[in-house]
Amino acid sequence: MNGMLAADHLFDQGLTLAVFIIVVVKVVVAFAVLMGAVTLMIWFERKAISDMQSRIGPNRVGPWGLLQTLADGIKLFFKEDLIPAESDRFVFKLAPYLVVVPAFLIFAVIPVGGTVTIAHHTFDLQVADPPMGILLVLACSGIAVYGIMLAGWASGSKYPLMSSVRASAQMVSYEAALGMNVVTVLLVCNSLSTRAIVDAQGGAFWHWNLIKTGLVPFVLFLIAATAELNRPPFDVVEADSELVGGFNTEYSSIRFALFYLAEFMNTITMSAVMVTLFFGGPAGPVPNIPHIRWIFPIMWFTLKVVAFCYMYIWFRAALPRMRYDQLMDLGWKKLIPASLAWMLLVAAALTSWRWALIVLAAVFIGWIALTQAFEIGADRELSDASVLPTIGQRPLPGRVLRRMTDGDGDEVASLDDTASDEEVEA
Amino acid sequence: MGFLSELRKDLSFFGGFKLTIQHLTRPRVTFQYPEEKKPKQPRQHGRHVLNRYEDGMEKCIGCELCAGVCPAKCIYVRGLDNPPDHPVSPGERYGFVYEINYLRCINCMLCVEACPTEAITDSKMFEFSFTNRSDAIYTKTELVVDDEGRPQKMPWEDWREGDDLMTSGWMRATAPAGNAAYEGIPQWSGELGYGVRQGEGGQSENRDDSVTGSKLLRDLLPGHLLKEDIDPVHLGVQGRVSRAKKQGEFNKVRLEQARDRLIAKRAQWKVDKANRKAAK
Repeated sequence: MNGMLAADHLFDQGLTLAVFIIVVVKVVVAFAVLMGAVTLMIWFERKAISDMQSRIGPNRVGPWGLLQTLADGIKLFFKEDLIPAESDRFVFKLAPYLVVVPAFLIFAVIPVGGTVTIAHHTFDLQVADPPMGILLVLACSGIAVYGIMLAGWASGSKYPLMSSVRASAQMVSYEAALGMNVVTVLLVCNSLSTRAIVDAQGGAFWHWNLIKTGLVPFVLFLIAATAELNRPPFDVVEADSELVGGFNTEYSSIRFALFYLAEFMNTITMSAVMVTLFFGGPAGPVPNIPHIRWIFPIMWFTLKVVAFCYMYIWFRAALPRMRYDQLMDLGWKKLIPASLAWMLLVAAALTSWRWALIVLAAVFIGWIALTQAFEIGADRELSDASVLPTIGQRPLPGRVLRRMTDGDGDEVASLDDTASDEEVEA
Repeated sequence: MGFLSELRKDLSFFGGFKLTIQHLTRPRVTFQYPEEKKPKQPRQHGRHVLNRYEDGMEKCIGCELCAGVCPAKCIYVRGLDNPPDHPVSPGERYGFVYEINYLRCINCMLCVEACPTEAITDSKMFEFSFTNRSDAIYTKTELVVDDEGRPQKMPWEDWREGDDLMTSGWMRATAPAGNAAYEGIPQWSGELGYGVRQGEGGQSENRDDSVTGSKLLRDLLPGHLLKEDIDPVHLGVQGRVSRAKKQGEFNKVRLEQARDRLIAKRAQWKVDKANRKAAK
């Protein structure tokens, strides 16, 4: 118990009633603020994206349409809660919570401000500061996939099922890149605790990990995180033009609202994680004004998170959705090798310049080898000498089956376009 | 160089970011619907009216052609002999019962086409709703125009300015087949409150478009304008009309160019034809 709590100054004098109250207040405030932030985020997204599309957006409920989300929530709350007959009822009901709870949990380890002293108790402005804080982020985002996966599977419907298959494949592909970029940050900061990571980036902006890790991990993390969030342009999971609504097609009423909530909450949380890892969290200039000094770190943190949220909205407005195979290509062939290479480079550079040179050479050789391998692979699949028929001419499985059972001529010849050309000439 | 052009291709998606940011400064396209509405087209189809002659007589003669032609079977008409002492219509019979069920009407206005006396025509009002089915059946009480020749405005109907101005038979083109001999000569009877209305703009300059309000359409859709001659910005009728209203006039130079091209094309076509004949 002591070991786990050691990182938090609040528990230095043991667990007294005052400490307990402070913890409870922190939890309640974090929960309430997050709920409010999600409401605002949904409104903000709708407004910002309509600005980018020459529209007006919600403007009927409340001033500037601010209460639109509330109205939508009330409407959803009073709708009929349908459970499909084919569904696995228990899992179907469980899935939304598997998505929402991790979304809240991640925010617990995010440092939103500096240190505050109230009634002789000094504590950090974050719900908890476990020594392995950043691992909690990875673990929770991993659990959230279960929610999506189970929701699609338990619906007993084909489109949600396809969506959940896509979700799991996408998460597996991008989690690795995400993790390796986190490792790069950890190497620079020497700690897993989010508070320690933020403290290591204190001061001016050139202390931020964005600069210290060399910009590349941030870009890679940003791409991987967007994929992890299922946000455009990586929203193949909820691609409404392909999969109706994705994993939440069969959900209605409050359960659908939970999914919706979690989606936007994840956007905020992932922005917060990115701010923590690369942008110094609450770091920023603090003017020396008594009594309200504590406000400024919170303000800086909020500003940075809002900037990231806006960037996600911008992504959604500007970028077309990626095809599923493009998504896998980007994940496996580009992001993972690049993250790995940069992580090794940073690790070597932290050790000595000799190691850095050696690893640089190794990365260079690896890069050439990989490029060659990809080219050979593409060649095998697409070139004239390909053993496979070209992509546009691949027969449907049913046709192949019919050929095989009916024994309709020479299969290979009829499938291969060069052979059929010769037949035509003959 | 190949690498650079590949990279430029890969990074072309940044154009999307630029475009979305540019959109922040552009005017909004949204209409705040119940408060403000898009202008209606001169030939907008809306709820019907039953017209009267200038002396107040009803035009309907109860012939039931409208009911017969109606594809939705939403019109019910019963004719009756005119009472000799105070006739309702100038003919032998009049429409004794006239009902239109607006839950069935598809606003095709085939009834207007069929009507021999221009008794039934349409206004531009289409925004009305009911809370029960029997309210949706309009009878003569609602359909016949009032003593000033204006459609009756029911409390549940959303009439906008100008919706009731262009009712009646004036809309028909004066020379549908392009027969110049009949251009500008109205072939319809007078309206209660309006007299004989000026025809809609059509093939030539012989009529006063400012009276009918159809000048815009005629400027935009001259008889022989090819589709590719129209600036892409103006494609879509709404875009054309709103743009024309803002600018006042369509680009006349382009129009003339288009006409010249067309004349040249025709001349070329005649030459080709003659050549082919000669070759045979």
